[in-house]
Amino acid sequence: MFQFRDKERIGALSKALEGMVTRPMKFMEVCGTHTVSFFRFGLRSLVPDRLSLLSGPGCPVCVTPQREIRKAFHLAQQDGVILATFGDMIRVPVDSSSLEKQRAVGAHVRVVTSALEALDMARGNADKKVVFFAVGFETTAPTVAQAILHAAGERLSNFFILCAHKLIPPAMRALLDGGEVRVDGFMCPGHVSAIIGSAAYEEISARYSVPCVISGFEPLDMLETLVMLVEMAARGEARVRNQYRRVVKPQGNRVALESMGEVFDVKDAEWRGLGMIPASGLGLKDGFAGFDAENEFDLKQVDGGEEENKGCRCGDVLRGALAPEECPLFGVACTPSTPLGPCMVSSEGTCGAHYRYRTARDE
Amino acid sequence: MHELIEKVFFGAFDNAVLRRAEDSAVVEQGGTRLAFTVDSYVVSPLFFPGGDIGKLAVCGTVNDLCMVGARPQFLGVSFILEEGLSAEVLRTIAQSAGETAREAAVEIVCGDTKVVGKGAVDQAFVTTCGVGTVPSGVDISASNARPGDKIILSGSLGDHEIAILSAREGLPFSGNVASDCAPLSGAVAALLAEGTPVHALRDPTRGGLASALNEIARLSNVAMEIHESAIPVRPEVAEACEILGFDPLYLANEGKFVAFVSAEHADAALGRLRAVGCAAQAAIIGEVAGHGLPHVTLITSVGGRRIVDVAAGTQLPRIC
Repeated sequence: MFQFRDKERIGALSKALEGMVTRPMKFMEVCGTHTVSFFRFGLRSLVPDRLSLLSGPGCPVCVTPQREIRKAFHLAQQDGVILATFGDMIRVPVDSSSLEKQRAVGAHVRVVTSALEALDMARGNADKKVVFFAVGFETTAPTVAQAILHAAGERLSNFFILCAHKLIPPAMRALLDGGEVRVDGFMCPGHVSAIIGSAAYEEISARYSVPCVISGFEPLDMLETLVMLVEMAARGEARVRNQYRRVVKPQGNRVALESMGEVFDVKDAEWRGLGMIPASGLGLKDGFAGFDAENEFDLKQVDGGEEENKGCRCGDVLRGALAPEECPLFGVACTPSTPLGPCMVSSEGTCGAHYRYRTARDE
Repeated sequence: MHELIEKVFFGAFDNAVLRRAEDSAVVEQGGTRLAFTVDSYVVSPLFFPGGDIGKLAVCGTVNDLCMVGARPQFLGVSFILEEGLSAEVLRTIAQSAGETAREAAVEIVCGDTKVVGKGAVDQAFVTTCGVGTVPSGVDISASNARPGDKIILSGSLGDHEIAILSAREGLPFSGNVASDCAPLSGAVAALLAEGTPVHALRDPTRGGLASALNEIARLSNVAMEIHESAIPVRPEVAEACEILGFDPLYLANEGKFVAFVSAEHADAALGRLRAVGCAAQAAIIGEVAGHGLPHVTLITSVGGRRIVDVAAGTQLPRIC
C-alpha cells in the first residue's frame, strides 16, 4: 500500500501535470471511493487549477431514488420483518425522516456489512422475514447473487432482497447522451471494472470519442490516471487504458459475472438525478422471484411522494452539472451533521467529501 | 449534544466558569486555584484489552484534571450496578480502580453505590469526580493557543477505540491492540517542568485528535497546520483503519494528550516527555500558523493539503 503513497513519485507526477495541462480540462470520475480518496489525500491541491475532476453518479446510496427508500421504511415498520441495510443508507434523509430515525422509534433496521451477513440473520431468525436492501453497483451485486444462491440451495423461506442494484456503463452513456456535461475523459471505477473488465468501456470510448482510464484508488494510481487522461486528451486520442492492471483484467471476473448472470436480469432503472435509464439496473430472474421483496410484500402503495427534498440539488451534483459549492444550501443548511440530501450524508457522497476535506484555499 | 448542553443545561444553570468549557473547572478559593471535574463511564464491554471500566473511570477524571495543569489529588466514585451483576466482576472493577488510583497518586475519598433492577443499566455505569490544585504560574486553557506554538502529540492515535471495537466485534486483524488507557499525571508533570510555557492541553477522547484541535482552534481563534507523516499510528491500528474505512484522526484515545507549547521550549519539552513511559512516542506534529479564521489544515502523507473537519460522522457508541 505504501508504495502507492510515495511522496516523491507523487510530487513528480504533480509537477509533470503542471507542465502538461496547457488548457482547461475536465475529467469525470464515477466512483465514490475515487471521490473520497482524491479529497482525503489532498490531491486537489496537487493538480493544476486548470484541471478539474468532476464527480459523477458514483455513489450507490446517492443514486437510489427516494421511492426505493420509502419502500425500505415501509418494510422496516412491518411486524415480523427485519430490514438489513448497509450503514451508509441509514442517515439518508427522506420526508424529514431516515432509517436511523425510524429505528429510534421502533422500526426494525439492522446495519450489515454484506448480503451474506443478512443471510446469516435470516438463518438465525426463522420467525422473522429478513429483507436485505440491495444497493450497489457491479462490485456488490455478485455477493448478493451468492447470498441468493445459498438461500435457494438451503430452501430458505424468510430471506428477501429489495433490489436496487445499478450498472455504471449505462449511466455513463446517459450522461454523455444528455449533452449537459462535457468532459475530456473518464476516470473509470477500479472495483466495478475488476468485475466487468476493462473491455466494458470500449464501446463508450469509441462512440462518444472520450478517453477512458481505469484507475486504482491510491494517490499514485489516481495521479498516474490523470497523466494518462491528459496525454490522450491533448492528442485527441479516444481509447480505453487500464492503470489498475494489478487488479483489473480485460475480461473481468468471470466467476462473479456468471453468478450475477445466473440470478439477475438487466432491467430499466430509475436513478436519482438522472431519471429512468434503460437497461441500467438489475432485477431478480423469474426463477428467484420468491426472494424478491416486491413479490412478498405489497409495496405498490408506497410509490409516490416528492423525489427531492426542498431545495436539494443532489440530482444536479450527481450529473456533474453542479459543483457542491455552487449549491446554495452547501455548508449552510446542508452539512454532514444536518444533511438535506444523500450526497452530503453518504461516506462516498460528493458533497460530503467536498465539505469534510475542503482545501485550505476554500476558506 | 452541543445544542443539548447550550439550550437545556446552560439554560438551567449558567455561569462564567461553566461556559469556559475546559476539561476541568478552575475556581479560586482563598488564594488557591482548585480544579474540579466530573465524568461518567458507560463503556461496553466492561473489560477490554488494556483495561476495564474501573481503570478507565479513574484515568479519565485524573486526565481531565491534568489537562488544566492541575495536580490531581482526590476522587469520588459512584457505581450504578445492575441487579444480578456478578460479585467477582464488581470486585475486579473495584480492584482495578484502586490500583489505578494508587498509580496516579490520588485517593478515592468518597463514594456511592446504587443497585437498580435488571435492564435499568447495562451491568455497571461508573461516575467519578475529581479535585486537584493548579500550581501558580500555570495558565493552561483551550483559548490560550498562540501563533508560533508548536503542537506536541504525546503518542499513537486510535489504540483505545480499536481495542474496544475488537473486543466488541472480534476483529481478527487487530487482536494485538490494547487500549492506551493510562493516567497522564507523570507525563504532564514532565511537560510542565522547568517552567515550560504550556498554553493549551487537551486529551483527545471522543471525537479524536480532530475534535480536540478544532475546539482549540475555535476557542483560541487560530489557524493551525499539522503533518500527517509526523502523527504516530501503530501499524495494526493503521491496518484496521484501512479495512474499516476509519480515519485515525477521529478515533478515541484514553492515555494521550496534545499540547501547545511555545516554540523555543518545544524540543526540550519533547525530550523530557519521551522519557516517560506513556509518552515514549511523543512527537511534534505541527504548529499554530496565525490568528483568525479558525481551522486545522492537514499536510497529507503524500504532500497534499486539506482541512481537518470537526466530525467524521457516526462515531462508535459507548467508547468511554
